[in-house]
Amino acid sequence: MSVITSANGTQWEIVSGLEVHCELATNTKIFCSCANRFGDEPNTNVCPVCLGLPGSLPVLNEKVVEYSLRVGEAFHFTVPASSIFHRKNYFYPDMPKNFQTTQYDEPICADGWLEVDGTRIGITRAHLEEDTGKSTHMGGDGGRIHGASHSLVDYNRAGVPLLEIVSEPDIRSAEQAAAYVDELRSTLKAIGVSDVKMEEGSLRVDANVSVRPVGTDGFGTRCEIKNLNSLKSLRDAMDFEAMRQIEILEDGGSIKQETRLWNENEGYTASMRSKEEAYDYRYFPEPDLVPVAPSDELRAHVRATMPELPAARRDRLKAELGISEQDARTLLSTDGLADYAEAAVALGAPPRDAALWSTQDVSAHLNLVGRGADASGLDPSLLVEILQLVADGTVSRNQGKEVFAAALAGEGRPGEIVVARGIAQVSDTGALAAVVDEVFAANADAVAQWQAGDDKMRKKKRGFLMGEAMKALKGQGNPQLLNQLLDERLP
Amino acid sequence: MTASPARLTRQDVEHVAKLARLALSDAEIDEFTGQLAGILEHAALVSALDTSDVAPTSHPLPLVNVFRADIARPGADRDEVLANAPAAESGRFRVPRILGEAP
Repeated sequence: MSVITSANGTQWEIVSGLEVHCELATNTKIFCSCANRFGDEPNTNVCPVCLGLPGSLPVLNEKVVEYSLRVGEAFHFTVPASSIFHRKNYFYPDMPKNFQTTQYDEPICADGWLEVDGTRIGITRAHLEEDTGKSTHMGGDGGRIHGASHSLVDYNRAGVPLLEIVSEPDIRSAEQAAAYVDELRSTLKAIGVSDVKMEEGSLRVDANVSVRPVGTDGFGTRCEIKNLNSLKSLRDAMDFEAMRQIEILEDGGSIKQETRLWNENEGYTASMRSKEEAYDYRYFPEPDLVPVAPSDELRAHVRATMPELPAARRDRLKAELGISEQDARTLLSTDGLADYAEAAVALGAPPRDAALWSTQDVSAHLNLVGRGADASGLDPSLLVEILQLVADGTVSRNQGKEVFAAALAGEGRPGEIVVARGIAQVSDTGALAAVVDEVFAANADAVAQWQAGDDKMRKKKRGFLMGEAMKALKGQGNPQLLNQLLDERLP
Repeated sequence: MTASPARLTRQDVEHVAKLARLALSDAEIDEFTGQLAGILEHAALVSALDTSDVAPTSHPLPLVNVFRADIARPGADRDEVLANAPAAESGRFRVPRILGEAP
């Protein structure tokens, strides 16, 4: 595990549990039929239920239950026979009802786990709740709440279904925390329950952090860190917070249990509220919602329709395509990329080449197309054709990459592009030999220097002659054949 | 549960009033301390009964799984929605300065 060595040489470790809030990608909100859609005009997806108008009644979205069961399967949770909702009471403008409907002591998922790089991280529970509205703070400094004159509230997000996934304090480093969230994220995405975009807030992370000397097994006082909007923020904030606590403890101080906010721009955590100011939420069972008791039919349906999870798929890709863990991760990190490589293999492409050209050339194309591009619309037969052209020597590897990029950009079939651009590789030994002879004749001094020179000079002159030959061939000579001919014909 | 609860204090009432954002006068605190204590004592009478074979009743109806299909319907008209707000700006509810981050 990751050890932090302080200035005085003491070895410390982080003890951390994470709370991950995941917005479910349903069509509608959790308790009403308003659209669940990011980026719409403010307050256009609202109704009496999510605005908390008197007399309105919530009705649970059936898709939310199905998605929760999928999460239950993916993370080895127990889904109890029955779970219920509570009201969490507080006054804050982000919830127009003055309470948030949430699960409390009877969540829909309990006692799960996720394996991260060979270590099992326990997941205490996953409970359903509604998301809150979005406040914009006006008249202050850079949209901050402090110094603002007033705030504007958009309730489009109020009532969007959230699943809060709470881990055990099993995490021992910032790196491991990031790896846990990454695995959680790719799994949630693979099972189709969330679009897991941290930058749009559909996946949000709070980190509980404490520290203890390596070799001890008690728990220190923890702080909860909020406002972590990326894996980098998570890592940076946890490392900062651990050092802050270590310095206090080594100075003979004690840690105050509190909630702290990560300041992304300045790179530090600052106190937001202490335990003494903690809210008294007065939870009580929500009388307007009946218990959720997932039927055997629904449980069986979910089990039968679970897709392959990322961990299993990585193992399969490694074995079937003969690639590294890192390449398997790269294939799975872009939407549709692994599918693209596998489709090319199914059409006859050599597995390893198909995988590596996908991670390199298809990725490069997607980067060029722009943010958020995915490989699902691309034609895998293009890759099959290119790899065939390279294999039979029609084009060199580098030419193949050029043609593939053009084909992906929509210029036509690889074969057509080769003809149109006149970039077919010259693999005719006779033609190549003639060019080599011409180059030798035109550069007799270089040939002479090669003959007389030491190893260094020979290498230099050989490289020069190879370059001249390639130039004469407009870069289209088959490099293997050309090299071979050069060796044969140098005196 | 058979043990009778500790008697409700003025401090309890002040705390509950604060949570509910109610400003109570001293006289009102005295009055409500007596009233709320009476309600709790009545509840304690029920608690004294042997209910070991009665299931908890957080919901009065023996219903589970009341669901809605995941089909979107248009939201309410925004002008109509905001017409009910004490103040609105740029299509949003305008609220007074917020003291502190979200809970």
